[in-house]
Amino acid sequence: MLDALAAMLVHADFWSAVLRIATPLILGTLGVLLCERAGVLNLGIEGIMVAGAFTGWLAVHAGAGLWTGVLVAAATGALFGALHGVLTVPLALSQHVSGLGITMFASSVAYYAYRVSFPNVTTPPTIRPFVEMRWLELPVLSAQTPLTLLALALVPLVAWVLARTPAGLAVRMVGENPAAAEGQGLSVSAVRIGAIVAGSALMGVAGAFLTLSAFNAFFFNMVNGRGWICVALVVFAGWRPGKALAGALLFAFFDAMQLRLQQADAGGLPYQAWLMLPYLLSIVALVAVARRASYPQALMRPYRKGER
Amino acid sequence: MTDRLLALTGITKRFGSLVANDAISLELSRGEVLALLGENGAGKSTLVSILFGHYVADAGTIEILGRALPPGDPAAALAAGIGMVHQHSTLADNLSVLDNVMLGTEPLWWPRSRRREARGRLLGTARRFGLAVDPDARVASLSVGERQRVEILKALYRDARVLILDEPTAVLTPQESEALFATLRGMVAEGLSVIFISHKLGEVLRVSDRIAVLRAGRLVATLPARGTSTSALAEAMVGRAIAPPVARPHARGDVVCVIDRVSTRGVRASARLDAVSLALHAGEITAIAGVAGNGQAALVELLCGLRAADAGTVTLAGRPMAADPRAWIAAGAARIPEDRRETGTIGDLPVWENAIAERYRRPFASGGIVRRSAARSFAAKLVDRYDVRGGGIDTPVRALSGGNMQKLIIGRALSGGAARPDQYAPTLVVASQPTWGLDAGAVAWVHQRMLDACARGAAVLLVSEDLDEIFALADRIAVLHAGRLTPARPAKAWTLAGLGLAMAGAGTRDAA
Amino acid sequence: MRLEARGAISPAMAIAAPFAAIAFTLAVAALFVAWAGAPVGRTYALIFEGGFGSRFAWSETLTRATPLILTGLAAAIAFRARLYNIGAEGQLYAGALAAVAVGGLHGGIGADLPPAWLFAALLGSAALAGALLMALPAIAKTRFGVDEVVTTLLLNFVVLLFVSMMLDGPMKDPAAMGWPQSVTLDDELLLGKLVDRTRVHSGLLIAMGLAVIAWAALRMTTFGFEVRAVGANPRAARFAGVPVTRTILLVGLASGAAAGLAGAIEVAGRTGYVTLDMSPGYGYTGIVIAMLAGLNPLGVIAAAVFVAGVLVGADSMSRAVAVPTYIADVIVAVALIAMLVATLSARYRLRLR
Repeated sequence: MLDALAAMLVHADFWSAVLRIATPLILGTLGVLLCERAGVLNLGIEGIMVAGAFTGWLAVHAGAGLWTGVLVAAATGALFGALHGVLTVPLALSQHVSGLGITMFASSVAYYAYRVSFPNVTTPPTIRPFVEMRWLELPVLSAQTPLTLLALALVPLVAWVLARTPAGLAVRMVGENPAAAEGQGLSVSAVRIGAIVAGSALMGVAGAFLTLSAFNAFFFNMVNGRGWICVALVVFAGWRPGKALAGALLFAFFDAMQLRLQQADAGGLPYQAWLMLPYLLSIVALVAVARRASYPQALMRPYRKGER
Repeated sequence: MTDRLLALTGITKRFGSLVANDAISLELSRGEVLALLGENGAGKSTLVSILFGHYVADAGTIEILGRALPPGDPAAALAAGIGMVHQHSTLADNLSVLDNVMLGTEPLWWPRSRRREARGRLLGTARRFGLAVDPDARVASLSVGERQRVEILKALYRDARVLILDEPTAVLTPQESEALFATLRGMVAEGLSVIFISHKLGEVLRVSDRIAVLRAGRLVATLPARGTSTSALAEAMVGRAIAPPVARPHARGDVVCVIDRVSTRGVRASARLDAVSLALHAGEITAIAGVAGNGQAALVELLCGLRAADAGTVTLAGRPMAADPRAWIAAGAARIPEDRRETGTIGDLPVWENAIAERYRRPFASGGIVRRSAARSFAAKLVDRYDVRGGGIDTPVRALSGGNMQKLIIGRALSGGAARPDQYAPTLVVASQPTWGLDAGAVAWVHQRMLDACARGAAVLLVSEDLDEIFALADRIAVLHAGRLTPARPAKAWTLAGLGLAMAGAGTRDAA
Repeated sequence: MRLEARGAISPAMAIAAPFAAIAFTLAVAALFVAWAGAPVGRTYALIFEGGFGSRFAWSETLTRATPLILTGLAAAIAFRARLYNIGAEGQLYAGALAAVAVGGLHGGIGADLPPAWLFAALLGSAALAGALLMALPAIAKTRFGVDEVVTTLLLNFVVLLFVSMMLDGPMKDPAAMGWPQSVTLDDELLLGKLVDRTRVHSGLLIAMGLAVIAWAALRMTTFGFEVRAVGANPRAARFAGVPVTRTILLVGLASGAAAGLAGAIEVAGRTGYVTLDMSPGYGYTGIVIAMLAGLNPLGVIAAAVFVAGVLVGADSMSRAVAVPTYIADVIVAVALIAMLVATLSARYRLRLR
């Protein structure tokens, strides 16, 4: 079995799979990270990914280009993000409950819309998805689609924005001490909502990766908990984009390995046991880092201007 | 006046039925220090919050250099040259000094922060006003005085023409306050104007050119500082006679509570104690003076049963005590926490449930069922005896004013769940900042309760940042600095200067 | 835009809030119905008829409401202590599996027991399974500070996979011809029907009884006070001497037990066995029900019946007009958000400046 494992690890296909599995997680984790650095938990991610997967795919199915589909998915995410932003920032509702509400709303609307658009189909209609970038002629990367490249490029970009731009400083400040941000003339609501909208757009793209790149159709339950895993990964990453990439890759590594071992029927375990592994791993990772996690100070603390 | 910089006209602000500001008109000249004097709740902070755009006035206008200032817009206030140093630090702990200062000074759409330029400018401003800072230090690592310096620099960095300081000396040692006053004089010499908010008469007379006195939301007097006496100010500020608390004769009794070489660890300085020893006697008020964040939180939590000692022991009435609030309550500790809203009360629960919160198992429940009618009638008596106003026993505590919340907390602690006052007397009273933010009447009320409890034989520990309060009440005073406690000496043996030096760290030595 | 606290919550506002929320929800859902090209009025009439319009409709609605009352309770009591148990779905399946393990597995444990005892053991083990499943996230929260929302959500996936594994393996029904289905409960362990020729079973009474007990416990007992105090302000509760960690653990166990019972009662009252689709998201719907009920256990009964009616009605409606059944999920999700805003506006006044 160790031999098989070693053979697997040297094979480029395996690493291609790791990167492919990691892509939606990278996008989603960056999205959650943006929201949380601004002080707002966004449990809407699971539903936003469903909605993004659906609208992006629908746009392409209706004849739009693939990149237009990506933009449509981002816009969908931004729209649901804006709703979450209004509910949690000026209205200061429970971020937990509002996020779950967004997830239920976004996914039910997506399923409803799918059924309205395709009332009587039995097999899901397909599109022509993004193709692999063979022209790159690099070992693992050329087996990926452009969306993976986009996800990888977004990691340093988000890190740069947060660390080196005035907008990034504003986002960090409203996540650490919103009263201070207001005292310096910033609108806490505007900055927080802006961060949620931007983060949710990334979640929408994460969903679109599933329908426009990983698969070529929209299935029910295709997101399957990936959103929740992103929420866990952000804690694991200590709210840093670079570590978020590392966390997503690590997670994808185990997931890919799990899939291979499952196919190889290693250890005689039922396939469900292998499938549990990613979820259990996320929980273990959460527990392992929770003690020393340094949360953004104002995370989950609503800010009410002029409260007394 | 030709050099008029700022004019407030007819500012009115209501919160529900409370009129916080009632048609207030004020002017400020260039190079002037204007003091806003008034007791807690007089409307000083509300007025400057309106000026700075945190609140929107219900009526009235603000003009700066002849131009109207749009209401409710801190950005506009900043742009017009108004800088504000808040009462509570508004810095982000996890960010650097430079981050905190730069925030909001660059348009958000800029693709890159000009950090190098900003750093140079910050250091230049700091040199010009004699306020040394390290731009790269994390704010969490700064002392209270250093944080205030950063807050002032934040305003100066933006070329403030008017600097508002809200109770700036509340968190400083007397010596640090002197340094602050010197800085202010330097700023005035450079042509800045200052609005200085305080309820301390002496420092107001020393620092300001002109004094505006607020009382219950109204501007009752505007006086030049020169030639005005503290008694005239006091009369204008309070406007009514408040009977000073009466100390009944009390004799020092036996030792009730012993803290023996206790150390606690923690990330923050306020959570650290270093081999602290202290003995509290019945019938004596012992005060702990010190600048906030020097271990007071740890000491109070230790004596409220919220924190365990990492080394050393605590005994109450001869028994060693663990970190268990119930054990402390059962042993007769009456606890008055610093934060009334967050620690002292449960805002969403009604007055009656808060009144029994420390005793909900005994005596107000049997067999796991809360004895509702007994609890409610006790709460009604408590509300009556301790004069808790602003609602009945079914009102959520959230709706009470701070003073009435404090009365409820003190009543709950001192009555020990007993229906009649002669049925219970606490052995230990732990009070942390018990009069913070209260008006003069409520302050006198709280002080009287502490003196009464002491006269009835309780050992009282008073933790306070207000040196006037400490000198008014304490029999003995000890000073806490960087987690270390000086020996408790009789109040008469301390001078204000000596206390200030001890608060800055001189003379604290190992208790061993 | 900002919020200003109202001095006191007016009772009229508090009562009007849920109705305003439902009216808003129906208005939003009407847009979706119109988009599908169906007549809005007729669609709503059909939903109402299908959910509440006849004896049969009521019987179906109450059958559907039974597990929803229990998952609604699971959410309501945990949320009262601000413990966000989103794992009722998994706990329900764990309870169902435990019930079948005790009461159906070939020569299962305690086969010699009289049926009444066995039934009690069945309910007990289901409650225990749900409670233990919730114990993990509750301990992780109190001991390590791990947010329980994410852990309970992730555990839902783990449990579902575990159920699938059991249905493929040790608990597979050999008579089910490869269909993933568990063995069935012994006949004498099935709950009796309340009304002849319908599916309403006595589990409804158990669920309603538990709701009343939960309501009384929250209001009258010291534990109820502890739960409410911890939920409203954990710091102040700890200061006053409430054992915060223990309260969170206990309320977590109670919440998990309620969800576990939902699974057992669904098996004993309706299906008789476990399948992978026995719950169409009852655990998640329970959260909405708890919020609609304002976290009041008695309100949970009414909210569960309402939501069950919408779900049942939408099923029968979609057979008549071309509106997908997913309209029910849309209605439930919008109702949750609308209810949040409505409760807020009973407590705060919105000022537009």
